[in-house]
Amino acid sequence: MKRLVLERRAAPLAWMRLGAPLLAVALTLLAAGLLVRLLGRDPWETFTIFFVTPLSTLYGLSEWLLRASPLILIGLGFTVALRANVWNIGAEGMFVVGAVAATVPALAFGDDHPVWLLPLMMLAGTLGGMAWAAIPAFLKTRANVNEILVTLMMNYVAGLLLSYLVNGPLRDPAGFNYPQSAPFDASAQFAPFGDAVRLNGSILITLAALPLTWLLLERSFLGYRMTVSGAAPAAARYAGFGQAGLVWAGLLISGGASGLAGMMEVAGPLGQLPLSVSPGYGFAAIIVAFVGRLKPLGIGLGGLLLSLLYLGGEAAQMSLGLPTAMTRIFQGALLFFLLGADILITHRLRWRDR
Amino acid sequence: MSDFTLVGGTMAAATPLIFAATGELVGEKAGVINLGIEGMMLVGAVAAFAAGAAGWPAVLALAAAALAAALMALLFAGLSLSLGANQYAAGLGLGILGSGVSAFIGHAYAGVSLTPIAPVLFGLDPLVYLALLLAGGVTWFLSRTKAGLVVRAIGESPRAAHDIGYPVIAIRYGVTLFGGAMAGLGGAYLALCYTPLWIEDMTAGRGTIALALVVFSAWKPWRVVVGAWLFGGVALSGLFAQGLGVALPSELLSALPYVATILVLALARTRALEVPASLGQTFRAEG
Repeated sequence: MKRLVLERRAAPLAWMRLGAPLLAVALTLLAAGLLVRLLGRDPWETFTIFFVTPLSTLYGLSEWLLRASPLILIGLGFTVALRANVWNIGAEGMFVVGAVAATVPALAFGDDHPVWLLPLMMLAGTLGGMAWAAIPAFLKTRANVNEILVTLMMNYVAGLLLSYLVNGPLRDPAGFNYPQSAPFDASAQFAPFGDAVRLNGSILITLAALPLTWLLLERSFLGYRMTVSGAAPAAARYAGFGQAGLVWAGLLISGGASGLAGMMEVAGPLGQLPLSVSPGYGFAAIIVAFVGRLKPLGIGLGGLLLSLLYLGGEAAQMSLGLPTAMTRIFQGALLFFLLGADILITHRLRWRDR
Repeated sequence: MSDFTLVGGTMAAATPLIFAATGELVGEKAGVINLGIEGMMLVGAVAAFAAGAAGWPAVLALAAAALAAALMALLFAGLSLSLGANQYAAGLGLGILGSGVSAFIGHAYAGVSLTPIAPVLFGLDPLVYLALLLAGGVTWFLSRTKAGLVVRAIGESPRAAHDIGYPVIAIRYGVTLFGGAMAGLGGAYLALCYTPLWIEDMTAGRGTIALALVVFSAWKPWRVVVGAWLFGGVALSGLFAQGLGVALPSELLSALPYVATILVLALARTRALEVPASLGQTFRAEG
């Protein structure tokens, strides 16, 4: 009788770090194919509608990048914080607070069409996300409170704050009681690149953030201190790297990036602040970061992948009547397969005699 | 409305929280933190609802919910306990996957409603009492039995427990599956008793409140019950206040459990909270 066992490798298998996400994507597709088959549909037709149709038009390509942009920006922030061993799973809340903070000046000054409105909104969104992140940072550095629980809880608080605001002070007076703000003036929105697309200049922010994050993580002293402190806290203390400062930096950068992404969403494709401002970007971006191996280039690719899952889910709903919940199933399955595949970096599967 | 409705309503609102939080508490006592309670509750809710809609008796619907959610917990356990994946990441994945699975299956039941389980005593259904029995049973188990002592020992030092000869991974599997089954019952309570009308994401954050309750209770089951009554009562008194015409934003009251838990975390000393020492850490028998 033989059985399958896991055996620790003498040294980690370096290429598997990149192989694991590819394996996870392949397994997710396989599982998805089985699910689709189980539902009595043709897997190839469904896959075409899910992954090919959305990218076959200019509009589709623009949506692909438009959706990937916040995922990448939030994923980059998550990665910076994680480098300092800070688990910020509160990006969803920081995104929401950033969107809210950007909405206030948009509604207050939009009627005067000032040229400085968009920069002001960018500042407000970033600061909003940072302010939300400052609470777990303060609690972690002052009272040694676990940031994972605090950031998770604060997602709900942010969602409730948004609900209160769009049902109350920020609700569009002419909006038939819908839980959303008034539409923004053109001066409070990024202009789309063309009439047929929704992609706009805010994508440049994300494109700039990719190399900046690389510089921060791999070439800056702050990134170096974060890496040492995250990997070997005792060594970092001995070297005199203030742990508290790094926790603050990690959370503020992560919060700022998430808040700015929230601003880009309301000032971009949404053009107002609705109750449903985020389709779970804050959580999906964590998958983006892990799939991207916590490296900027990988996060860029991971963002494109998760963005395609969102688009595909919507396309499958429209043309096949499949529930959009499929997107969440695929997201969860992808993360599960990735976490499982990662064992192959350090271990090998072996048949062994009982 | 009478005081009695307020008390009964509070106990009903607390019931899903007690189920889910008590299950999670046992897992955390053994050092396993599962952030995916919400996903397991949702899967339990949809399993119970589907069984109820198919005309199954309530007992079988509850069993289906517990089993379905325990299967979700098994996925989490396989990843985090056998394959050594990070528990927080695996829990997040479970939350997303569970909510997706639940919404996907529940799609067919949109707008369908069930006949709620009938009350047995003081106008409350049997699950309300079952939840209290569960909390009492877990208190007894953890503090008065040898098995409970082993669970706690594993949570404090899995290495020492392993060296003495206890099967750390197997026991962690056991408590994780138990936590899943209890989260499933919590979800089933929502689907069969509390709001017997299918609504997508009907848990509305209760899984996270349950997670908060475990911290709030300082890992003591009887305090989970008190905390659940407190959170349930606050939510309900908000409805009563609105009924009386007091203008209080409902969101403010809904946010209280989260804010209260953050305050407890911030104000209580870590030692006073008695966090299990190995909480969230991966254990490998091979060292």
